Amino acid sequence: MAIESIGFMHWTNSDGVPTVKFVAVDTSAPAGKAARQKAGPGRPAGARKPAVGRSSARSTVVLKIIMAVSGIVLVGFLFAHMAGNLKIFVGQESFDHYAHWLREIGEPALPPVWALWIMRVGLLVSVIAHIVSAAVLTVRARKARPVRYAHRPKVQGSYAARTMRWGGVIVFLFIIWHLLDMTTGTVHPEFDPAKPYANVISAFAPERWYVTAFYVLAILAIGFHLRHGIFSAVRTLGQQSARGERIAKTIALVLSVILVAGFLSVPFAVLTGLVS
Amino acid sequence: MNLKLRVWRQKGPEDKGRMVTYEVTDISPDASFLEMLDVLNERLILEGDEPIAFDHDCREGICGMCGMMINGVAHGPERATTTCQLHMRHFKDGDSIDIEPWRAAAFPVIKDLVVNRGAFDEIIQAGGYITAPTGTAPDAHATPIPKADADAAFEAATCIGCGACVAACPNGSSMLFTAAKVAHLGLMPQGQPERSSRVISMIEAQDEAGFGGCTNAGECTTVCPKGIPLNLIGRLNADYIKAVSGR
Repeated sequence: MAIESIGFMHWTNSDGVPTVKFVAVDTSAPAGKAARQKAGPGRPAGARKPAVGRSSARSTVVLKIIMAVSGIVLVGFLFAHMAGNLKIFVGQESFDHYAHWLREIGEPALPPVWALWIMRVGLLVSVIAHIVSAAVLTVRARKARPVRYAHRPKVQGSYAARTMRWGGVIVFLFIIWHLLDMTTGTVHPEFDPAKPYANVISAFAPERWYVTAFYVLAILAIGFHLRHGIFSAVRTLGQQSARGERIAKTIALVLSVILVAGFLSVPFAVLTGLVS
Repeated sequence: MNLKLRVWRQKGPEDKGRMVTYEVTDISPDASFLEMLDVLNERLILEGDEPIAFDHDCREGICGMCGMMINGVAHGPERATTTCQLHMRHFKDGDSIDIEPWRAAAFPVIKDLVVNRGAFDEIIQAGGYITAPTGTAPDAHATPIPKADADAAFEAATCIGCGACVAACPNGSSMLFTAAKVAHLGLMPQGQPERSSRVISMIEAQDEAGFGGCTNAGECTTVCPKGIPLNLIGRLNADYIKAVSGR
């Protein structure tokens, strides 16, 4: 690109006085997407609308900011969820009490289960915002490269970054299954809303090995997703120093490992009989 | 060196295009990649075939004209190297090499390996300038600039606009290019008046040209012949957030 030449030019103006001025000569290709593709005449000079002040609400950067903020909310939820899960190691009473307490948060200021529903709505909004932005950006990315490379490009950057979309789909399918399994009990054969501890033990029963396998796969997918996602969110929100990048990437890795270990410890404990 | 090349041939913007196989023989390991293509083109001309069209100008790695996907990597296997500065000694005798043009909706193929990078000019036109008084050039030391800022601005300014970042990006995004320009001007006192409008306008021009969004995957910076760092994208994001939040 950069076919602009800049230099000094002499000319004589109308009243005959020679002048020397600094001029820029734009010899670049005709502007405009359509003009480029058809190689036809460019838009007349000045045809570009003044960009400042136009709505930028649907810009790719705004969509990324929405993804970053909603993603951070969801990571916060995952940590709270993991902390709750780990109560299973304290004992049945503690775990069941915790599950029951979730329904009572905010009482007596709020009627029972209200606080829980407020949190659920917040999570649902975050999930929808995250997925819708991701879908819009994915469509734009596909459109931005209509012809694929014959020689598939080698991954030069991060593998975790290249698996964000499929990883996200796996996690989304898992969330649906997980709600049907552990919240509504629709697909859980021995579900009893009053006995959360027993529900967890029976959910990871050896005969339901495929459920455990899906659980492990989804947790690993979340780990990969967050390994890149946490760093990417911080970068999207303006992290810009090289040192900060190393710190952000390290924190992303550490948080992902903690989450994966914390969530996998429960089925591990059930399968090995540490918790029964 | 003897090599087997698979090269993208496309007669014009409307042609479908296809990969064509060529055998090249007796290539010096000291030849540059473009010189190797020159040798092939001379033979094609003698045989009455159409030579392979590719962009090039300075052949010194500073103009940003050359660039092609070599075995799926923009500018080939050497880090921080333009295609013209890539030498055949980095390949092995008997290697098979796939050569393709940059692939992006915003960079339509004109012919063979030549793409139209006019979309970059549109991004520059949207905000890649500063307001400066015309007339006599000011003294070089009239506006003091901290050394660290000058160095950082210069590092961003080394972007030659070759388009490798777009070609390598899994999303076909030009974010590294735009970020380099935004950082280059935004780090200088002369670039402050348009700092907010620049970032919004340039992102709008980038979206309008049909580039994808950034996922911070980092493919761009690894193929960038000038090693433009990924963190400049964070700088652009920070400027953007400041600009849209109205400060």
